[in-house]
Amino acid sequence: MKHSFLDHHSHTESPIHHLDARAKIIVFFTFILIGVSSPPTSFFLFGLLAIALIGIALFARLPLVHLLRKVLVVLPFLLIVAISIPFMKKDGVGGGYNLGLGSLSISRSGLWVLWNVVIKSCLGVFSIILLSSTTTFPQLIKGMEKLGSPKIFTMLASFMYRYSFILIDEVYRMKRARDSRSFGGRWLWQTEVIGHMIGTLFLRSYHRGERVYLAMLSRGYQGTMPETTASRLGLGEIVFLCFAPLFLFLRITFA
Amino acid sequence: MTPNKVVEISHLSYHYPDGTPALRDIHLEVYQHESIAILGPNGAGKSTLLYHLNGTLMGEGEVIILGIPVEKNNLKEIRRRVGLVFQSPEDQLFCPTVFDDVAFGPLNMGLDEEEVRRRVTKALETMGLRGFEGRSAHHLSEGEKKRVALATVLSMDSEILALDEPTDNLDPAGSRLLIERIRSIPQTKIIVTHHLSVAVDLCERAVLLDEGRKIEDLSMRDLLRGRTLLARFGFDADYAQWMYSRSKG
Ligand SMILES: Nc1ncnc2c1ncn2[C@@H]1O[C@H](COP(=O)(O)OP(=O)(O)O)[C@@H](O)[C@H]1O
Ligand SMILES: [Mg+2]
Repeated sequence: MKHSFLDHHSHTESPIHHLDARAKIIVFFTFILIGVSSPPTSFFLFGLLAIALIGIALFARLPLVHLLRKVLVVLPFLLIVAISIPFMKKDGVGGGYNLGLGSLSISRSGLWVLWNVVIKSCLGVFSIILLSSTTTFPQLIKGMEKLGSPKIFTMLASFMYRYSFILIDEVYRMKRARDSRSFGGRWLWQTEVIGHMIGTLFLRSYHRGERVYLAMLSRGYQGTMPETTASRLGLGEIVFLCFAPLFLFLRITFA
Repeated sequence: MTPNKVVEISHLSYHYPDGTPALRDIHLEVYQHESIAILGPNGAGKSTLLYHLNGTLMGEGEVIILGIPVEKNNLKEIRRRVGLVFQSPEDQLFCPTVFDDVAFGPLNMGLDEEEVRRRVTKALETMGLRGFEGRSAHHLSEGEKKRVALATVLSMDSEILALDEPTDNLDPAGSRLLIERIRSIPQTKIIVTHHLSVAVDLCERAVLLDEGRKIEDLSMRDLLRGRTLLARFGFDADYAQWMYSRSKG
């Protein structure tokens, strides 16, 4: 079975896709930091960020509509949290909703807070989606490692990435096996079956872990992952990295 | 000149921790550049025997690889000399990309970057996988996975290759391709299989195991003619006869 739910579009061909992951991680995280740290009134900066993100997306030959739809998928969750904020009174220190009929008040500062949350999360989520759509997961892990992320973390992430697919396949296989033999039995019986499935999945994963470890030992593993070989930063990366200081400068001057 | 003994196994027995006896008093000698097939029914102990070649398992008795006894202190030496390919590529391929997997062995051997790259390129080329470096294992077909799995030990340049059911799970075309590739590898090969045709195509000697015991150790040609032996192991004697006459003429 083929999956690519983690890094959809990351195998597209474009100049952005070919950039070293480190450059992309740095630039997109700078975007997020700048977006998050700016006051909600910095419309100019938000506009520039949005233009930069859309520009990069177009340059990376990504379908814009698809990306925006992905952003919209995340948004409702944030809205549920944020929607209550305007009902908070500005000076009610401990919060306090005024939900009395007829006196539903929306505070001005509350609206600002909502705008603040929405625009920042949109820009942030868009940045992350762009990063993951232009960088494959392995490259992302390697980029983080080269940027100094702890080895144990990147190692765990890479194993999770590799084996999540196999686990998912295994779940599907077991589900199919169950469905072909069960005829919609009682609810209680169903839960029992699910319990067994979880147990089986755990055992299989455990044995898999053992065999993988043996395979690692067989190829000379001695407790530490070998250093991955370094790659150099070329002209493209340097040009792309210029986004970071540029936006830092804009952040300082305009917001 | 007498050929070099590369594997010497004597009085090897092994019980799994739960008490299952898997190998009983095995003797086996393999010479340089030989290609031997280990045949036998499921549960005969074929995989268990293979795991003893590089110290993945250590039982009672003696296993000597290229003059070095398989012992705790020698494992590093042993493992760079014996390339073991596990049956399931899902176990063999644990890295995010094909490159990382093929480079894993050489990197652990402490080779420098340029040499690692050279070896990865060469191993992938040998397996017909040029340009696969950046792919992830889960995006590959079963046949490609099997070939990458082999490449992960080829890159270590081991003197001995031990392959556990290399054509298992492959369609006929995939098997064919893999067999061609394996045949082009000059190293000493020890191949576990339960396909007589794979054994005939790749090996000149056969070792038959059953219930942890070595039943026979004979040339492939003798096996193909041994009707009773073939019948005991469930192989089609007529097919064997046909392969025998084909190999003769
Ligand atoms: N991890 C294990 N624990 C206990 N018994 C095992 C284990 N692996 C294999 N066995 C048993 O050891 C015997 C030999 O297994 P194996 O070497 O895998 O056989 P083959 O590869 O020839 O099919 C079988 O009876 C099998 O059930
Ligand atoms: Mg086996």
